[in-house]
Amino acid sequence: MNELTLPSIDYTALAPILILMGAAVIGVLVEAFVPRVYRHVTQLVLALGSVLLALLMVIRNANLRIIDGSEERVITAGWTIAVDGPTLFLQGAILVLAAMALLLIGERSVERGGAFVAQAAVTAESPEDRRQAEGRAGATEVYPLTTFAIGGMLIFVAANDLLTMFIALEVFSLPLYLLCALARRRRLLSQEAAMKYFLLGAYASAFFLFGVALVYGFTAGIPGRGAGVDFATIHAAVSESPASDVLLFAGMALIAIGLLFKAAAAPFHVWTPDVYQGAPTPVTGFMAACTKVAAFGALLRVFHVAFADAAWDFTPVLGAVAVLTMLVGAVLAVTQTDIKRLLAYSSIANAGYLLVGVLAPTRDGLSGTMFYLVAYGFSVLAAFAVVTLVRDADGEATHLSRWAGLGKRSPFYAGIFTFILLAFAGIPLTSGFVSKFAVFAPALDADQAWLVIAGVLTSMVLAFPYLRVVVMMWLSEPGDATPTVTVPGGLTAAALTIGVAATLVLGVAPGPLLDLANGAAEFVR
Amino acid sequence: MSNFPFLSVLTVAPLVGALVVVLLPRSRPVLAKQVALGWSLLVLALSVAMWVTFQVDGDRFQFRESYPWIPNWGVNFTFAADGIALVMLMLIAILVPLVILASWHDAETSKRSVPVYFALLLVLETTMIGVFAAADIFLFYVFFEVMLVPMYFLIGSYGGHQRQYAAVKFFLYSLVGGLFMLAAVIGLWVVGGKTFDWVALSQVDITTGTERWLFLGFFVAFAIKAPFFPFHTWLPDAGGAAPAGAAALLVGVLDKVGTFGILRYCLPLFPEAAKWFAPYALALGVIGIIYAALLAVGQNDLKRLVSYTSIAHFGFIGVGIFAFTTQAGTGAVLYMLNHGLATGLLFLVVGMLVARRGSALISDFGGAGKLVPVLAGVLFFAGLASLALPGTAPFVSEFLVLIGTFTVNKPVAVIATLGIILAAAYVLWMVQRTTQGTLNPALTEIEGMRKDLNLREKVVVAPLIVLILVLGFYPKPVTDVINPAVQATMTDIGRTDPAPTVGGVQEASR
Repeated sequence: MNELTLPSIDYTALAPILILMGAAVIGVLVEAFVPRVYRHVTQLVLALGSVLLALLMVIRNANLRIIDGSEERVITAGWTIAVDGPTLFLQGAILVLAAMALLLIGERSVERGGAFVAQAAVTAESPEDRRQAEGRAGATEVYPLTTFAIGGMLIFVAANDLLTMFIALEVFSLPLYLLCALARRRRLLSQEAAMKYFLLGAYASAFFLFGVALVYGFTAGIPGRGAGVDFATIHAAVSESPASDVLLFAGMALIAIGLLFKAAAAPFHVWTPDVYQGAPTPVTGFMAACTKVAAFGALLRVFHVAFADAAWDFTPVLGAVAVLTMLVGAVLAVTQTDIKRLLAYSSIANAGYLLVGVLAPTRDGLSGTMFYLVAYGFSVLAAFAVVTLVRDADGEATHLSRWAGLGKRSPFYAGIFTFILLAFAGIPLTSGFVSKFAVFAPALDADQAWLVIAGVLTSMVLAFPYLRVVVMMWLSEPGDATPTVTVPGGLTAAALTIGVAATLVLGVAPGPLLDLANGAAEFVR
Repeated sequence: MSNFPFLSVLTVAPLVGALVVVLLPRSRPVLAKQVALGWSLLVLALSVAMWVTFQVDGDRFQFRESYPWIPNWGVNFTFAADGIALVMLMLIAILVPLVILASWHDAETSKRSVPVYFALLLVLETTMIGVFAAADIFLFYVFFEVMLVPMYFLIGSYGGHQRQYAAVKFFLYSLVGGLFMLAAVIGLWVVGGKTFDWVALSQVDITTGTERWLFLGFFVAFAIKAPFFPFHTWLPDAGGAAPAGAAALLVGVLDKVGTFGILRYCLPLFPEAAKWFAPYALALGVIGIIYAALLAVGQNDLKRLVSYTSIAHFGFIGVGIFAFTTQAGTGAVLYMLNHGLATGLLFLVVGMLVARRGSALISDFGGAGKLVPVLAGVLFFAGLASLALPGTAPFVSEFLVLIGTFTVNKPVAVIATLGIILAAAYVLWMVQRTTQGTLNPALTEIEGMRKDLNLREKVVVAPLIVLILVLGFYPKPVTDVINPAVQATMTDIGRTDPAPTVGGVQEASR
């Protein structure tokens, strides 16, 4: 009998994940034992506190391992979790953006009882449902759910083998499916969104898992090495395995499908507009910012570490996906009449630009993509924060025609939204421009000029829908149906301020964050 | 004084002014106007000081300043001005206070915030100064794009008929050009060794194919901005819908960014490609001259007419640039200044006329000279300057362009000359139909038409008239500044002027 050796575990490196998972479990206990009146405050403080504490631990880790170099970058917990530059940068990004999203989720002064339904199980549109829409305090289960999701994302970007990655994928996806179903208003739309997201997400997970199995088969038979799905083994297998390449390509494609689904890349994007529209707006913001970071973090690690040597094979395919994604996002955004759907298609197009960065297999490409993720996350959260504020008696007024003349009613918020739209359009002095540059330049450097040209052309198309909203807000006269902008509560105001300030600062002085991303842009293998 | 950071101060100053104007209480619009005017005069004074400090026989680029911005990408706040940029900066500094004064009551008719209008004008001034003062390509691009935003809101919020359509069209056209340029800028950065410094990039050797693509990226952006035929369709809409003051800045200065960009970026950075594309560019220029002039003849809307005349004039400038002789080049730059003065004046006067009548249609006028003789006189003068009558400044530049082109490319010069005849047609016919002939009885019933130019309006037009006349007779102070810069540009692309011929005999071979 072989003696079983326990894997060594680096608790400092794992601390952020452990903190969030612990907090989520405590959150569940809070639901059970704390009286209803105190739950909201307790949960919010617990969730925000754990996120901030985890962020502190990430910063401490980054200081130790990347900036000082006094401790090694490690792969810990039995080769399942890699704590290196990209992991820490992306974990930091997820935590900062999640903290902003939590502020939006915790807001209760914009709408009585918050953006979430009290009891999701009540039949939609029934009298009881209408009664609870009128002001019963929303469910506080959203906080442990969100915390679980954040924790899963932290594992997802750190996973060093495909199985851990799969588990992380499920850990962060399941809470998201639930969160989508919890909108206070338009319950049917919300439930439909959750159902759609769940079913398609389950398919995508199945694809991913099947891909893992194929890749496992591919790694079997490398001389002097056991089969496995950790990235080092896969990396070695790509050049050494005697097995048929069909296994590799099929596995790689299936894994890519699973990840591209989460990243909302075409042709795996069809869920995005429906889910973004139906989900409660704070959750939409959370998905647009944090899920994007997590999905692209995983894509970067899988394709830059595990399959790096197969770059010749996957680059044309992923390149085609990138072009298609940009095209679909940009062209369909033009036809949208609902602001949340418009932002969803814009998010799809942005996934395309991010893929351009992923396909530049250099340090600059990696750091550019990571910069883009952070910059986009801030802007998109700010955009959804504004969406939560534009409302009338029936909740948010998301139809574009309702936004006509908003500039006259509330010039301040219309101004903020205009600024964010200009950032999405890539006008200089906003983070949107800098991040476009950050992914296009390395792509051109890596001889992927066709991707850059596609990116530039779709940017032109995409400018039109943004501009249409600006025209709506400023140049149209307000009608009777134009809603007012609710004065935001402290939490939303804080999230909005952070998002807008980051969009401006990252546009005017991107140097420090670019430095940080560049310093972090090296995977441990 | 020569160490004073003129360019960065000039760039930032109007922006600070804009902030001050916006923060003034909305209830006191007059104060906002006065502050804006005072601020722009301050910028003018500073520009004059810079002009005086500029050493005509000194370095090509003067007033150079550089501060790091994004060190990761080699981006710096680098400012520097050559003679060409200096002339354009001066033009901006002169036009903005006049436009502010001319637009004194424009914003009130639109029901929108008055201080914001003047703040936008000042923000526009910042971006315009920045775009001409930048010597770092990234910085240039930033100003090039940001410039769209204030102009978009000036047209869209304060414009006339069809302002939404015009504003969106203006923005999209320019953005499309800008994005082409962005691709080229990134490409240049990659092949140029990851720097944005103009001087460093002008030394880089680029392979022929790449050079042509990069040239094309920049050229399309500038051709849309200028605009050259066939990228011009946004200008009549934008010029027709914009408030007169903003329109004067749009065609007077903003569009010069295109021709300036070709001179500063396309020619020196991609000399081989520039030579390769020159015949096509010349063809576009000539087509633009004739085509736009013909369309101008057929216009019934005063502001659109002036826009079309500008497109024709940009054709002349384009021909002058791509003829690759010092004379033609100097003529083109001089034309950029003179066109700014003449068309700026024309737009402002037309604006005064339109404001009185409440319509921009020529057919709504007729015999207006009997009611407002001074205004009609100024319109006539502006028209004459615009058709390049000898004695007015544009004549000098048009003449230089034509003789400079004639020495190297006779057919182009000859066809371009036809443009002068057409110019006479559209200007004189326009003047005749609006101010001459029998009085349109409808005009006498409009109260505004009975008031001739007031003191404020006279103050607006007087400096422009004086400048047009002075530079028409004595352009030397300006040509002295322009000449070295144009010669340096010609050296960059490796062209020397053909030797002068005496008695029809070529004295020396090239």
